[in-house]
Amino acid sequence: MVEGLQLRLAQVGPIPLDIALSCAPGEAVGVVGPSGAGKSTLLRAIAGLYRVRSGKIAVGTETWFDTETGVDLPAHRRAVGLVFQEHALFPHLTALANVTIAMGHHPRAERRDRAAGILSRVHLSGLEHRKPHALSGGQRQRVAIARALARDPAVLLLDEPFSAVDRPTRARLQAELIALREGLLIPMLVVTHDLDDAARLADRLCVLDAGKVRFSGSPAAAYRDVVARTLLLGDVAPGDPAF
Amino acid sequence: MDWQALSVSLKLAAWTCGLLLPLGLILSRALAFRAIRAKAWVEALVTIPLVLPPTVLGFYLLGAFAAHSPLGAAWIGLVGSPLAFSFEGLLLASLIFNLPFAVQPMQRAFEALPPDVREAAWVSGLSGWRTFWRIELPLAWPGVASALALTFAHTMGEFGVVLMVGGSIPGETRTLALSVYDRVQAFDFAAAGQMSLTLLVVSVVAIGLVNGLSTAFGRRHG
Repeated sequence: MVEGLQLRLAQVGPIPLDIALSCAPGEAVGVVGPSGAGKSTLLRAIAGLYRVRSGKIAVGTETWFDTETGVDLPAHRRAVGLVFQEHALFPHLTALANVTIAMGHHPRAERRDRAAGILSRVHLSGLEHRKPHALSGGQRQRVAIARALARDPAVLLLDEPFSAVDRPTRARLQAELIALREGLLIPMLVVTHDLDDAARLADRLCVLDAGKVRFSGSPAAAYRDVVARTLLLGDVAPGDPAF
Repeated sequence: MDWQALSVSLKLAAWTCGLLLPLGLILSRALAFRAIRAKAWVEALVTIPLVLPPTVLGFYLLGAFAAHSPLGAAWIGLVGSPLAFSFEGLLLASLIFNLPFAVQPMQRAFEALPPDVREAAWVSGLSGWRTFWRIELPLAWPGVASALALTFAHTMGEFGVVLMVGGSIPGETRTLALSVYDRVQAFDFAAAGQMSLTLLVVSVVAIGLVNGLSTAFGRRHG
């Protein structure tokens, strides 16, 4: 039986991709790389928001996408939790309604209590009835995480989760996300361009460049790896023999 | 006051709004979200009633509704009476000359929705249909309401096309705008003034109501 997330994606253009990746249940993989490396495209392909020319995406025993057999589940039928870079909350709905709307798979009578429970897990008790415009950047990010969890996802995807918040909020959110991870036995992919962010959150790093996996290993190994360091920190010039 | 003409105008405006709401939603949403190859041409066709003289539009429609034309002949075969100079013909013309007033505000409203909000709805498990009802329509509603108000007010006031296609038949195709013209021709300025004021009030109320609702909506959603 296939465990966790297994994928291989390949296309020459318009966005070049040649990625094979797996992520076990409970494991967090940090997808890092420079801008334009294909990080967000990878997440969008998993979520069903971008169709890659060739490849396969399977989660557990379920195949979400397979160009050989013609399987391509639409986004709303993939049990995926995606936290968008700019949160993408529904501006006309309260924090609670933003979460309950992702609970279509639960009986209507249970949704409210479940949503309140998830909001409390992300430290938003008391703010359930506020609309996104009345929340701070960090609070909006928490609602986005709560909404992603409300789906009971088989995979959790976070796209640059700290890019839209200030530095103190970033540190607090990182700590909360690490704590939240403890109880989640699903594969988790965190996209970021920041090696330090990824190292704190992820068990394993996958460094992408121009749509290709250039390094895969532990955060400690990434700091030692010349290619990973060059791409992420820019310490080795491309003409350097070590490159 | 020509109450019969007012009744025809209101009936025409209500039918036009009722039919253009779903048609406008489908067309404007497609133009906003779908990759349509001939999009520029479709948009040009939708805009034509805005720039074409109403009498010219009316002239072409009259030709299209004539008993010997394919549409006119098909209509006679279907219902047994001609399309030109009938309320149904007037309604069909009204749907066409109101297309830009209905489609453009709705299209702008749909285009203003952030793409990631729609995507967030899909990954939250909402089908395309539920995304439309729960997310797109509530967020685009000020544009939809503007479209309806403009369509209503414009139908009440349209003259050229209505005269060409409808022929000003009392109780059938004579609208309030046509009745104003008739009264002026007959030097009955009191009745013309009364009916003009009615049209002015209806238009101001329709647009004011929608603007007020849109402002209130903007305040609620920041």
